[in-house]
Amino acid sequence: MSTLAPGRHSRWVFLFTLAFTVPLFHATTVVAQERPYFITYTHEMEEPGNLEIEFKSVTGKPQAANRFSAANVEFEYGVTGWWTSEFYLDGQSTQHDSTIFTGYKFENRFRPLMREHWINPVLYVEFENTSADKTLREVVGHDGKDDFVDPNADSRRDKEREMELKLILSSNFKGWNVSENIIAEKNLTNEPWEFGYALAASRPLRLTASAHKCTFCAEKFSAGAEMYGGLGDRYSFGTRLTSQYFGPSLNWTSPGGTTISFSPNFGLNDYSIPRLYRFGISYEIPQILSAFRKGGTR
Amino acid sequence: MRRIFRISPIKLFVLSLAAPSLLWASTLWIHKVPSREHERINPMADSADAKAAGQLLFDDHCAKCHGEDAGGKGKRPSLLTERIQNDATVGDIHWLLVNGSLRKGMPSWSRLPDQQLWQIVSYVKSLKR
Repeated sequence: MSTLAPGRHSRWVFLFTLAFTVPLFHATTVVAQERPYFITYTHEMEEPGNLEIEFKSVTGKPQAANRFSAANVEFEYGVTGWWTSEFYLDGQSTQHDSTIFTGYKFENRFRPLMREHWINPVLYVEFENTSADKTLREVVGHDGKDDFVDPNADSRRDKEREMELKLILSSNFKGWNVSENIIAEKNLTNEPWEFGYALAASRPLRLTASAHKCTFCAEKFSAGAEMYGGLGDRYSFGTRLTSQYFGPSLNWTSPGGTTISFSPNFGLNDYSIPRLYRFGISYEIPQILSAFRKGGTR
Repeated sequence: MRRIFRISPIKLFVLSLAAPSLLWASTLWIHKVPSREHERINPMADSADAKAAGQLLFDDHCAKCHGEDAGGKGKRPSLLTERIQNDATVGDIHWLLVNGSLRKGMPSWSRLPDQQLWQIVSYVKSLKR
């Protein structure tokens, strides 16, 4: 694992951003209809054969700790209509400290019911191998601002090999999506089960599509809100000494299929980081395996 | 009682041939559409722009698998078939878009608002030759 000088993290972020901005107006892609969520999962699976590449970042300044920026690159593949598989690479940079690669995650989502229902369940299983991770892709147990105080050199010694289970419940109704995630996470060493939750709702700004091509028309934007936080662990279940966040979120899908998302999150108690700013950019490659077949993509 | 099971070998052969096709027929998505959904009418049918908007949505979401002319691509089915253009009602196609056929690779498009699904239905049905 490489450790970069503190001043180089902006270059790192710039290169990532550039890599995912280039295809912004590329014409021959599918247009992913993404929800503007950073934490919450819905029952909407990746289309079979499509690969979505996503860059998500978060930046914040915990009290009594240095400002940090963390990012993850996600590769999400639709294995079948009811099974989506995803691989993450995580990294973070802390001001006056270092920039480090913090690990990887591998997740699978399964949709047990083959039809659309009033509430649609999805089962989520994840294995992660991280250390000094600050991406805050979920909050469980008693995760809080104190986790951000230690220097990277100390916190990366603590390897976290964790198994995470989620029950995703999600509904689509009259253009709205409402999703709830119930999270249970277990460090594979001798630590108790930790729990968390995430809630979200969103809606496109317009429900009918335009009859002409447009870039900034209302149906290309989705707006919503997310709330997430920890629920303690097996021995101390509840919201006491847990961090809780709430924030609006917005995304825009370009004609080329690239989706850009933004969400400011606000800590709801003293145990939380006061403000987090999340930024995401995603790009979907349709029928990726057909590129390797005779004749390439058609 | 014993007479019931006295089936000639020829009948048994014909039955064994017919069984898979009967099973296949029962797994066709069109037979799973509830009657209430089957009879639905397209609320966007009177909209002059529905077909044009549906074509843009089709290009964005459907053409990569079903082909730009909706004629199918590789193993992905054509939407110009008798089943889609004549047998299926607009309600049937809308139901398929909402639910997908997840085991057979057709994703659910419930992520799109209902209005946009009906716009796609308007376009697909306009392809009838």
